[in-house]
Amino acid sequence: MTAGAPARRPGHARFALPWTVRAERRLEVPRWLPIATTIGAVVVALIIGGLILAFAGGDPIAIYAHILRSSFGSLGVLSDTLVKATPLILTGLACALAFRMRLWNIGAEGQLLMGAWAASAVVLVPIVPPGTPAVITLPVMMVAAMLAGGAYGAIPGILKAVRGVNEIIVTLMLNYIAALWISYWVFGPWNEGGFPITPQFPQEAWLPRLSGLAEAIPATSGLTVHLGLLIGLVAAVLVHFLLYRSRLGYEIRLIGDSPRAARYAGVNVVRNTIVVFAISGALAGLAGMSEVSGVVHRLQLTISPGYGFTAVIVAYIAKLNPYGVVVASIAFGALILAGREIQPSGIPAMIQGIILFSLIASEVFLRYRFRIERRAA
Amino acid sequence: MTAVPDASPTPTPPATLAVEMRGIVKRFPGVVANDGVDFDVRLGEVHALLGENGAGKSTLMNVLDGLYRPDVGEIRLFGNPVDFRSPRDAIAAGVGMVHQHFALVPTQTVTENILLGLAEPRFRLDAGRYDERIAQLAHRHGLAVDPHARIWQLSVGEQQRVEILKMLYRGARILILDEPTAVLAPQEAAELFRTLRAMVAEGTSIVFISHKLAEVTQIADRVTVMRRGKVTAAGVPMAGTTTADLARLMVGREATETIEKSPFEPGPVVLAVHDVEAQSDRELPALRGVSFDVRAGEILGVAGVAGNGQSELAQVLTGLRRCTAGSISVNGVEVANHTPREVIDQHIGHVPEDRTGVGTAPDLSIADNLIMKSYRDAPVARRWSIDAGAVRRFATRLRESYAISSPSIDTEARLLSGGNLQRLILAREIASQPRLMVAVQPTRGLDVGAIATVHRLLLDQRAAGSATVLISEDLDEVLTLSDRVAVVYEGRIVGIVDAADADIAEIGLLMTGGRASAVIEPADATRLVP
Repeated sequence: MTAGAPARRPGHARFALPWTVRAERRLEVPRWLPIATTIGAVVVALIIGGLILAFAGGDPIAIYAHILRSSFGSLGVLSDTLVKATPLILTGLACALAFRMRLWNIGAEGQLLMGAWAASAVVLVPIVPPGTPAVITLPVMMVAAMLAGGAYGAIPGILKAVRGVNEIIVTLMLNYIAALWISYWVFGPWNEGGFPITPQFPQEAWLPRLSGLAEAIPATSGLTVHLGLLIGLVAAVLVHFLLYRSRLGYEIRLIGDSPRAARYAGVNVVRNTIVVFAISGALAGLAGMSEVSGVVHRLQLTISPGYGFTAVIVAYIAKLNPYGVVVASIAFGALILAGREIQPSGIPAMIQGIILFSLIASEVFLRYRFRIERRAA
Repeated sequence: MTAVPDASPTPTPPATLAVEMRGIVKRFPGVVANDGVDFDVRLGEVHALLGENGAGKSTLMNVLDGLYRPDVGEIRLFGNPVDFRSPRDAIAAGVGMVHQHFALVPTQTVTENILLGLAEPRFRLDAGRYDERIAQLAHRHGLAVDPHARIWQLSVGEQQRVEILKMLYRGARILILDEPTAVLAPQEAAELFRTLRAMVAEGTSIVFISHKLAEVTQIADRVTVMRRGKVTAAGVPMAGTTTADLARLMVGREATETIEKSPFEPGPVVLAVHDVEAQSDRELPALRGVSFDVRAGEILGVAGVAGNGQSELAQVLTGLRRCTAGSISVNGVEVANHTPREVIDQHIGHVPEDRTGVGTAPDLSIADNLIMKSYRDAPVARRWSIDAGAVRRFATRLRESYAISSPSIDTEARLLSGGNLQRLILAREIASQPRLMVAVQPTRGLDVGAIATVHRLLLDQRAAGSATVLISEDLDEVLTLSDRVAVVYEGRIVGIVDAADADIAEIGLLMTGGRASAVIEPADATRLVP
């Protein structure tokens, strides 16, 4: 072969594009990259959603502006957004914690319902006598909700730890059982007036709202944000502390990264599976309490529009970081709220779906480096 | 070497070079792995590519195999320029690579793994027919492996045979072996070398990546030495080259070959193993009545061909595998069938066979990996919480005193080289002040400098009065470090000899079940290097 002859690839007849894209496995992931890809994925999702909206005859810019306005446009709607975000924070933390140990808890919805039921039982059975002050009633409701959610979460934990039963199937199925359990109580023993709702809780069982401060600070008048948000924020701090500053958290991260290394390090994987499932369930249960006590003040059939399922997406977007869960929850709270404003209300759901797909697709950028190369002539 | 059949008219002038790589440059973030490398392989030769870890050998061969694309440079095969876009292109052109880290599907059988990705069988897998074909292929090359076995049931050594078979089955004409003997016992290595010789005689060209000087002198026709991404010796014929020359070219300094070993002063019995039996993952007997003692200040070497129960022995000693019979006591405390946690609490250190899968958690930081054995105890733990400051101090101290080279203690473990990873593991295990250390293949795949460090650390432990069980398939290592050598064969200890007056040929016989045909030629060669 003479020198200087142009290099020619033998035997390749492909599209005659002037360039090709080549993927190489990344050896190292820079710290900023996961954040950049997440933001990039959301932007791409919004563009795709915008194209679909435009194709359907809408004005995407106007629609997005409307979503923003109706979620963050005033103190009032911002407050409503935060109310929607509250159960997402708690269930999102539940998922993030379990996912960290590679326990696929898809049952936050069911655990939330059991928490809501137990919190309701405290005042409807009643477990605390009527007239008990809020400082006692509310903590009892919280504990009851965490115990119920925790116990419900422990079921798949025990089944997986002891018998190796797939937790995805079990948690998914337990959601239906919990929904029917709620259905039984609101149609049966606790029914009021034939509607699938229970009697309203007494005031002592209401989580205080920001609007309660209206006399002192007039600006808070009509704001629906309740103490549940603070509970959610505290929970995020505690979960972060648990993961990064506790022995249990270290074990969770170790098992999540390498179960074989964890066993080698003497970690009791069986016990931790049950414990983490129980904590995860307790967090989701707390979300249920926050909803019945902070928002509707009663138990009803439609207590959750699927917070426990959205939580899976929230945890995923947050890359399982507790503080990321708070941010993602507020974003998704805004989308849920916008569903109220926008017709058809399926549009925010569609955007949620596109965001999830786009995030999953963006993972490839974390694993591979892409290079565009000019094709040799 | 066979002549090219003169009847067939060749489109290109008859090439004497199978591989020609010119001016290869390959950069990774922060490093130039290959910096203008020239490399060529003649038809029908074994060409050794020698260099320390990180010298750029594997990168260069990954470029040849189509896994990476060079930033600059050109490649010719049999005189024709090529531009591989994937290993699939490479194997179609006759370049096959057997990697250090195997690409096998653990839940599938040997046959299924070998057929994976091939055009034939197209749809219906007539396993029986292919099992037979693969068994014959394996038999012909002396690579004993059961085609029906599933990968997860095989020892690392057996898995490598499957990888080699995979390339042989695909008819590679240029075979790249990335440190093939790292997992093989001397007899297996000798077998492999015979296989390679036979292949070379049929015209196959072989690139043999290694950092073991002895085996390079044994198998290679020519050698190319790399250091820090550059070639320091290109295609030097082996005749007239000494191992000392090669070591100098490779490490840029005289590799110290002598190991200072303090006199043997055995203390009381630390580990007493009595009639232990255990099953393998395949639920076949793996240990059949193993008994031995190890004293304080003693290193007991366990030598044997891969898959004779060594892995199971280490797991039984460290609580990671149940034993079905027998007793294991450490300082008089029974530990058989206790949990790994209880075993750790008896101050039993473990340098596991699988550094990346068991010994470390790849995505956790160096600090998190260093506290794996001490996160329950003061000062790292305060009751149920972990003291972040104490973790940093502990990790910083170990990182410095064991020279774990990394940007910081927050660097993820998977970014460490093999030598640094092993230093991390040893630092952690030694920091827990073990009374018994179980070290399995502690130097496999490490470069000369890292091997010396590991050896020194193990001997320091011995001098400090710890008992050590050293399980290794590197016979030289076992003989150099151990006070006594136990030879395992098919789950039994077939002999325990003093290392000082051990006869390598006799050990070889024991390791292979005493068959006279297994007398090994490379015995003298393998003695040359630490």
